Amino acid sequence: MSRRHLGIFTAAVLAAASLTACGGSGDDSAASPKTLTYWASNQGASLEADKTTLQPELDKFEKQTGIKVTLEVVPWSDLLNRLLAAAASGQGPDVVNIGNTWSASLQATGALVEFDDATLQAVGGKDRIVPAALAAAGAPGKPPAAVPLYSMAYSLYYNKKSFADAGITAAPTTWEQLAEYGKKLSTGGKWGLAIEGANPSENAHHAFTFSQQYGGEWFDSAGKPTFDTPQNVSAIKRYIDFMAADKITNPSNAEYAQNQSVSDFANGKAAMLLWQSAGSNLKTQNMPADAYGVAPVPFLASPPAGGKKVNSMVAGINMAVFKHTKNRDGALNFVKFMTSDEEQTILNRTYGSLPAVKTAASDPAFSAPEQKSIQETLVTTAAPLPQVPEESTFETLVGTAMKELFADAASGKPVTEESVKAKLTDAQQKMR
Amino acid sequence: MATSTTAPDADQREPRAGSPARGPARRPRGPRRSLLPYLLLAPAVVLELAIHVIPMVVGVWMSLLELTQFHIRNWSTAPFIGLENYRATLDLNSAAGKELLHSFWVTLAYSLLSVGFAWLLGISAAVVLQRPFRGRAILRALFLTPYALPVYAAVITWSFLLQRDTGLVNHVLVDQLGLMNDRPFWLIGDNSFWSLLVVSVWRNWPFAFLCLMAGLQNVPGELYEAAAIDGAGFWRRLRSVTLPMLRPVNLVLLLVLFLWTFNDFNTPFVLFGGSAPEQADLISIHIYRSSFKTWDFGSGSAMSVALLLFLLVVSAAYLLITNRRRDDHA
Repeated sequence: MSRRHLGIFTAAVLAAASLTACGGSGDDSAASPKTLTYWASNQGASLEADKTTLQPELDKFEKQTGIKVTLEVVPWSDLLNRLLAAAASGQGPDVVNIGNTWSASLQATGALVEFDDATLQAVGGKDRIVPAALAAAGAPGKPPAAVPLYSMAYSLYYNKKSFADAGITAAPTTWEQLAEYGKKLSTGGKWGLAIEGANPSENAHHAFTFSQQYGGEWFDSAGKPTFDTPQNVSAIKRYIDFMAADKITNPSNAEYAQNQSVSDFANGKAAMLLWQSAGSNLKTQNMPADAYGVAPVPFLASPPAGGKKVNSMVAGINMAVFKHTKNRDGALNFVKFMTSDEEQTILNRTYGSLPAVKTAASDPAFSAPEQKSIQETLVTTAAPLPQVPEESTFETLVGTAMKELFADAASGKPVTEESVKAKLTDAQQKMR
Repeated sequence: MATSTTAPDADQREPRAGSPARGPARRPRGPRRSLLPYLLLAPAVVLELAIHVIPMVVGVWMSLLELTQFHIRNWSTAPFIGLENYRATLDLNSAAGKELLHSFWVTLAYSLLSVGFAWLLGISAAVVLQRPFRGRAILRALFLTPYALPVYAAVITWSFLLQRDTGLVNHVLVDQLGLMNDRPFWLIGDNSFWSLLVVSVWRNWPFAFLCLMAGLQNVPGELYEAAAIDGAGFWRRLRSVTLPMLRPVNLVLLLVLFLWTFNDFNTPFVLFGGSAPEQADLISIHIYRSSFKTWDFGSGSAMSVALLLFLLVVSAAYLLITNRRRDDHA
C-alpha cells in the first residue's frame, strides 16, 4: 500500500468511525414538555404484539394531555443493560418498565425518581396499590423507586389430556408427587416437566422459592450473601434433580433460554410447566385455555425445620421514572395514567397478569382460573425476592451456576451435594 | 487528499521564481510550512484521540476505582482503590482469578487453533484457485460468502443448526446417517469449544483466503517457470517459491487474525447468548459478564487493561522477532 493509499484508507476509516459515533446520539430524553420516551418490557408474545397493545393506549394519553409518548419495546435480554447504560449516562428514556426484582439494584444507582408519599399522591395515592406489589418496588425503609404496573406469580401449568392419558386425576401438590407423576408422563418421547435451564433469571426465581421451602436465605439480615448454606444446596439440588435424578425433564432443556419450554408445553412435548402468566403466551401458540389446568406451585411433602410456606416470588413489572427526565410532571402524569383503573384493566387483561391496584383487581376480567390461581398465590404464599442492591448480581451468579449444573446433568455428569455446593461457593466468592 | 498534495507544491514553486532571494526568503516560511502537515493531521488526531486513546485512558482510570452500581451515575463518588481490582481479579487463588486464568487458556487455545485452521484453509484455497479454470470466479465468490454475511445473522443460524433436538447437525448425524445413538449437545459441555472453533474458522478463513489470493497475484510467474524447469514438483514450488514470496502478507495476516480472534466477542455472544459454557468461556465474554452482568465495572476494566497489556506484549514480541528475522535474511 502506498503512502497515498494509506492516507485515503485512514481517512475513510476515521470518517466511518466518526459516523458511527454520531449514530448513538438520537436517543436523548425529550427536551420538550410535550413529548416523552417510554421503554416497555416485552410482556406479550412478541415486540410487535406489545406495540399493537400499547399504542392505542398511548394515543389515548396524547388525546387527554397533549403529550406524545414515543414507545420502544425492549427485549428482556437487553433491558437491564440498557437501563444501566441510561442510568450511567443520564441519557435515554423518561419512563421505563423494570422487572420488580431489579428495583433495589436500580434504586442503588440513584438514577430513579423516588416515590415518596407526595410523589405517590401525584400518581394516584399509595392506598390504591396492592401492598405486596409495593413491597417489591425498592429496598425496605426507603421510598419506592418505582410503581407496580403488572402483578404476576408462578403457577403450575399442566396438560389435561396428558394427565388423563396417564391416569392422573389431580395436579400434584408436593414435589414428591410432581416427580412421581412426571415419571409416568415421561414416555414415548414426551417429558414430565419443561424447564428453562439456560436462562439465569428463570433459574434464580426457582432458586428463591425452593430455598424458602427448605428454610434458606440468599442474603442475611445485613445484606451479606449466604449462597452455600446447606439449605440452599438442598434447594438447588432438588430443582436440578428433576433432570439429573428423576429424569422427568428432557436433557435438551439445559439449552433452553428463549422460552422454548413454553413452546414444548404448548406443543404437548412436556406435560407440566412452572411459569408466570403463561396463558397469553400459550394462546398465541394455539393452545386453548381449556387444554391446560392451572394449580399452585407444589410444596415439600415434609418441610424441614424453618421451611417456609412460599411457592412463588412476588413477580411483576414496575414503572420507574428517570431523574434525568426534562419532563418530570409529564412523566408522573403518564405513570398515573398507566396505573389508572381503566388502563390497568385493559392492559392486565391482555397480558394475563393482575392489576397492581386494588380497585381494578376486583374487575370480573380477572376471575378466569389462571388469574384466580395467581391472585390466591400472591395473597397467601408469595414472598418478594430479597430487596437488596446486589439482587441482580444474585440472579446472574446463582442463575448461571444452575445453568452450568443443568449442563452437567444433561451431559450425564453426576450432580451431587458437593458439586452444587462448589458452584454456589464460587458464585458467592464473586460477590463483592 | 487533493489539498494536501497541491498546497505544498504551490509553496515550493514560489521561491523558485525569485531565485536570487531563495535563501533568505525561505526562512520565514519555514514554520508555516511545517505547520501545515500538522494542521491537516489535526482532524485525524482529534478523532483518534476521541475514539481510541481517551476511552482507553478512561478504562485505565476505571480500573483503579470501585465502580459499582452505587457510583455508576457519578464517577467522582467512586472510591479510589488503586490496584485492588487487579489484585482481586488476578489473584489466582480466588474463584475469580482461577476463572480468569481458565478463560485465558481457553481463549489462547481457541485463537491459535482458529488462526491455524483459517490460514491452512485460506492458503489451500488460494493456491488451488491461482490458475484459471472454468468456474473459478463462482468458487471465489462462494468462498467469500461467510465473510460477507452479517455476523449476527450468520452465527444465529449456526446456533439453530447446533441445537440438540431441533438442529440440523444432529438431524443429519443421528437421524439420517445414524452415526451416533445418542443426540450429542453442541452448545453446552465439552463440545461447545469445538462448535465455537468451527464457527470461528468458518467466519475467518475467507479473510485469510482473500489476503493470500491477493498476495499470490504479486508472485512473478517466471519464478514458477524457473522452478518447473529446475524440476521442482508442486510441494517443492509451494515450499520454495509460494510461501517465501507470501511472507510479508503472512506476517500481517497472522497477527491481525490472532488479535481479532483473541478479542472476538460477537461469535461467542451470539452463539451462546451472553453466558458461555465454561469450556468455551472466551475472555471477551468473561469480561463482559464481569462488568455488565455483575455491575462491577472496575474489575471488568482491570481485566481489560491486563488483556490489553498482554496483547501489546505479544504483538511487540511478534513484530520484533519477525523483523529481526527479516533483517537476518537481508
